[in-house]
Amino acid sequence: MRTSVTGRWALRAVALAAAISTSLGSSFALAADPVKIGSVVSATGPAAFLGDPEAKTLKLYVEELNKKGGLLGRPVELVLYDDGGDANKAKTFATRLVEDDKVVAMVGGTTTGTTMAMIPVFEDAKVPFISLAGAIEIIEPVREFVFKTPHTDKTACQKIFEDMKAKGFTKIGMISGTDGFGKSMRAQCLKVIGDYGITVLVDENYGASDSDMTPQLNKIKNTAGIQAVLNPGFGQGPAIVTRNYAQLGITLPLYESHGVASKSYVDLAGPAADGVRLPAPALLVADKLAADDRQKAVVMEYKTIYEKATGQPVSTFGGYAFDGMQLMVKAIETAKSTDPQKIRDALENTKDYVGVTGIYTMSAKDHLGLGTDSFRLLLIKGGDWVIEGK
Amino acid sequence: MAAKLLNSRLATLVFLAIIIGVIPYLAPSAFYLRVAAVVWVFALAALGLTVLMGYAGQVSLGHAGFLGIGGYAVAIGPAQFGLHPALCLLIGAVIAGVLAFLVGRPILKLKGYYLAIATLGFGVILSLVFHSESQWTGGPDGMQVARVTLFGWRLSGSANWYWVTGGALLIGAWLALNIGASPTGRALKALHDSEVAAAGSGIDVSAKKLAAFVIGAVYAAVAGGLLAAMNGLITPDAAGFMHSIELVAMVIIGGLGSVLGAVVGAAFLVVLPQALTFMHDYEQAVLGFLIMAFMIFLPAGIVPTVRKWLLERLS
Repeated sequence: MRTSVTGRWALRAVALAAAISTSLGSSFALAADPVKIGSVVSATGPAAFLGDPEAKTLKLYVEELNKKGGLLGRPVELVLYDDGGDANKAKTFATRLVEDDKVVAMVGGTTTGTTMAMIPVFEDAKVPFISLAGAIEIIEPVREFVFKTPHTDKTACQKIFEDMKAKGFTKIGMISGTDGFGKSMRAQCLKVIGDYGITVLVDENYGASDSDMTPQLNKIKNTAGIQAVLNPGFGQGPAIVTRNYAQLGITLPLYESHGVASKSYVDLAGPAADGVRLPAPALLVADKLAADDRQKAVVMEYKTIYEKATGQPVSTFGGYAFDGMQLMVKAIETAKSTDPQKIRDALENTKDYVGVTGIYTMSAKDHLGLGTDSFRLLLIKGGDWVIEGK
Repeated sequence: MAAKLLNSRLATLVFLAIIIGVIPYLAPSAFYLRVAAVVWVFALAALGLTVLMGYAGQVSLGHAGFLGIGGYAVAIGPAQFGLHPALCLLIGAVIAGVLAFLVGRPILKLKGYYLAIATLGFGVILSLVFHSESQWTGGPDGMQVARVTLFGWRLSGSANWYWVTGGALLIGAWLALNIGASPTGRALKALHDSEVAAAGSGIDVSAKKLAAFVIGAVYAAVAGGLLAAMNGLITPDAAGFMHSIELVAMVIIGGLGSVLGAVVGAAFLVVLPQALTFMHDYEQAVLGFLIMAFMIFLPAGIVPTVRKWLLERLS
């Protein structure tokens, strides 16, 4: 009797020891030094419409990655913070990623402001940083450890001017918003316009919250020799420009910017949007891409996975985060190391990576690596997009 | 004895100095120094509000505007005019003071809600200017600030800035304590209790209010300048309405009229978002809930409540 009791105890002890060791063992395996990738995005606050899809994409993609066995045989840990759009908080979180979490790489920075605040932290710590913000100042001048995925206003301008040149337009009118986006794009456009032999005859502007742009458009209408009109703008302004444009009966071709490449612009502008041209990323017209389009597969895959997981329509901003993480993961795989310096070197040598936003080829001089082929020139017809040319 | 110590100005300063001196030895990494440095900067800005709101009882909902002035002075001065950042810090403080003087004269004639709304409007105007005058301020994306060199020593890294901001806070606290004990401070406290009674006892109410407003503006501008130089960047959001509210919340949570309270309030609102990151999506809700809980259970603010509790225990 007595022995059987001890026997039972012994059995229990062994079982317990086994249970502990297996659970410890498995947690050790999980903890097998995860590859720590950091991120700071503006998932809340005024830039949440950008930051929220970014955060969701990053989480989703890291989950998928871990399901497939992680990276270099190690699990990936995403350390994600929300800066609420506040540059000061972003910098504090960036310091936390570097000093406390000891991440080997960083993908984030929703706005230009938060990105610029974080750049010195990652430059000083020599940790590669892929930004998801728009401004060209992030990569020009080139900083050793800073990269970015979203195309710049300059690329959009070039795409538009390429099309104008092909159609033989050399004299145009411009009407720009005075918000950050409009101002920046206008400046970038004026910088490259000379390369295409195009001159601006009238250069008008409007406030971001103005409700009528008829006077400015009338001036453009009454200027002789104008062959096309370009409207760098963001938000509701371009929709009003488009409506007024139709009301005034201007028949010149109207070019809008990538800032309004969304269904809501078409809805706001209504039938007046018919005939408008604009540069847009492939993601917007994922299902209309030609079957032999190199981006078709990756764009469709991202769209399907994102929409299935979140139940929300896919956005280009999430696409930036997808490409950022994808580029970083590829760089770590190529470097076969989690040494930040080696990851950086691999990142700079990225060649021909087909992403959601475009096809990236980076170099020591170009830490974005996108050309005008990352945009599709779209024509709006009957409230829907039509891809023009290549 | 103990009660005397708790109420003494010197004890407050020594206590603050010990905290500032000890943290670097306890901090596991430079990140903690960065957080502490941000706390010191915001505490400095909140100290200005302590003088204005705590002493004089006047509400300002546009205080971050002055913070912006200090910040942009440090950004624009070196970039556009080649001035030394330290000089720009001074210039920013002077501009903020003069502006507060000019704007304060008409605004401070208003009382209660009207004063709050007028200062709010003023803050919004400043924020708009920083947003839209992009040839000067870099527009909505903000403006970069050149790294600071002091006596040939390049100021960078969290540790250096920790000592600069900590020192600035100590000086600011010393000044605020002395203002509180000066005739002006007593006059401010008198008009806080009753403007009519204060005027009746011979206090020039509008001049004293204006003085408090100017002092508050100068504090905020210095804090803004330090923040911009430390971050290497200033954005218009720093001058925005939400930041003004945050400053007011710091003063109220820490304890209205208490110098240490401004520091505790700033620590509360800077550290908490960092401490709550593990809650992910519920972070904002929990933060709001905690602020509500503190206001319900410690309506006088953290520091005055703790001080009262200690005094009762010790006597």
